[in-house]
Amino acid sequence: MYAVEVIDLEKWFVRRMGGKRHRVAALAGVSLSVAQGECVAVLGQNGSGKSTLVRALSTLLLPDGGSAEVFGHDVVRDGGAVRRMVNRVSVEASFFKRMSAVENLSYAARFYGLGPRRTRTEIPAILERVGFPLARASAPMEDLSRGMQQKVALARALLTSPVLLLLDEPTTGLDPRSKREVQAFITEMRAEHDTTVLLCTHDMDEAQALANRVGILHGGRLLALSATAELLARYGATDLEEAFLSATGVAIDEEAVSLGLGLGLGEEGTT
Amino acid sequence: MSSLARAQGQLVGLAGVVERNVYLIKRYGWWELAFFLWTVANTLTIVFIAKGVSAGGGHLNVERETTTLLIGAVIWSYLGIIFEILTETVAWERWEGTIEYTFMAPLSRAVHLGGMGLFAVLYGVLRTALLFAVIALFFGLHLGEADFGLALALLAVASVSFVGLGMITAVLPLISPEKGAQLGFIAQGLLLVVSGVYYPVSVLPQWMQWISVVSPATYALRGIRSAVLDGASLSSAWGDLWPLALLGVLTVPLGLAVFRTGERYAKRHGKLKRSG
Repeated sequence: MYAVEVIDLEKWFVRRMGGKRHRVAALAGVSLSVAQGECVAVLGQNGSGKSTLVRALSTLLLPDGGSAEVFGHDVVRDGGAVRRMVNRVSVEASFFKRMSAVENLSYAARFYGLGPRRTRTEIPAILERVGFPLARASAPMEDLSRGMQQKVALARALLTSPVLLLLDEPTTGLDPRSKREVQAFITEMRAEHDTTVLLCTHDMDEAQALANRVGILHGGRLLALSATAELLARYGATDLEEAFLSATGVAIDEEAVSLGLGLGLGEEGTT
Repeated sequence: MSSLARAQGQLVGLAGVVERNVYLIKRYGWWELAFFLWTVANTLTIVFIAKGVSAGGGHLNVERETTTLLIGAVIWSYLGIIFEILTETVAWERWEGTIEYTFMAPLSRAVHLGGMGLFAVLYGVLRTALLFAVIALFFGLHLGEADFGLALALLAVASVSFVGLGMITAVLPLISPEKGAQLGFIAQGLLLVVSGVYYPVSVLPQWMQWISVVSPATYALRGIRSAVLDGASLSSAWGDLWPLALLGVLTVPLGLAVFRTGERYAKRHGKLKRSG
């Protein structure tokens, strides 16, 4: 059984362009599988469908076609079982900003059934492990740096011991040191807990450093998915950036919006 | 995971919802105080009406009418707290950006909304009692025969259907992120206007009286007034208690069903994440 098995997954949104409504594919028949304990990175521009894939796998979006399973549980029909196994770190830290790190982590842990006896010891331990200074644990989140907030986001995901961790641009906007610390922690956690990781990013170095296999998602289509060396050989490239350019014809840091593929927030989905 | 362990997990989650709201109240303490002062001022403007009418030459039992108005204002405030907290289930989380984390947690929606409802009732009762006590300092009230135990029992039974209706309004910000929360306040106002908040339902046009039959606030206001003003017995309050209980049994499943439908719509159309 795969940790993640996605077959012909489709998600369409309606975009208003020039006063007209257009159906745009966020995911246009994506298929992929991830083995237990594996880390797969999906590279793509902003608006390529990476976040849509993560949202579909975390039961936050209902697909329009195809199927997605997490450890054999369908994300639509058996969403409850999927939610017990998955957690996520996204580019926005997303907290109640007036509440402290400890308060945010406490209530989030309760939602996963972790009582006060466990969190009293586990929260400080996990904050320490992600390199968060405990002296700031009671400070409101709004007073913390972006790097610190992202470490708390990582702690929130790991506190619930997910068997599948969905990372959606987890280090975007972090300073180089914080980025290295977060990446080191992800590696350590995979080694210790056999956690499966799906990493969506446009950071080539991060993908290369963390992933067993790398995929290229463009315009809602998965153009390639293989080990880094195979991917480079396939496109005759010396690095992932070059491979991405060869596969898609565009640089990864170009906005997909310019291609009419961008899917910002607030678009309406179709049924 | 066994069913028992799962049920325990859900109970811990329910406590987590209440815990989070307690943190928020603590962190926004000064705002809470400011809103409470506003509620006191708002309630005073209504409750002074009885004295005003008397001073203008009107013939009425000032203490009794003052108490009647106060009960209306206090129930309005209580319902406002319930609707506000339940509507914030979505609205506040969307503003903070936490909504996706909450909705991807393995917490059943019934437990999630139930936790919000439980906190709303606990907080609402506390604030309403405080409001009643503060306003009572300004006026002589007609409380000689008051049965506060029965009044609280009526409020408790009414709270079930208030929470059920709050679940329905909670879904509005999912469907309309910009105006959904305000629609909740409109629903609250419409509910009270047909329920005899400051007047007997009998003065309303007939079509409004028909609507008042399905409003739990009608029975809550009438029952609590008779318990506080006339010291009504449990048997005489039964006529208001059973419709409240029936409406509670109906509105909670209805509220959950409406919320789940709204959630499915938001997940289908990618509206969970939308901010604004």
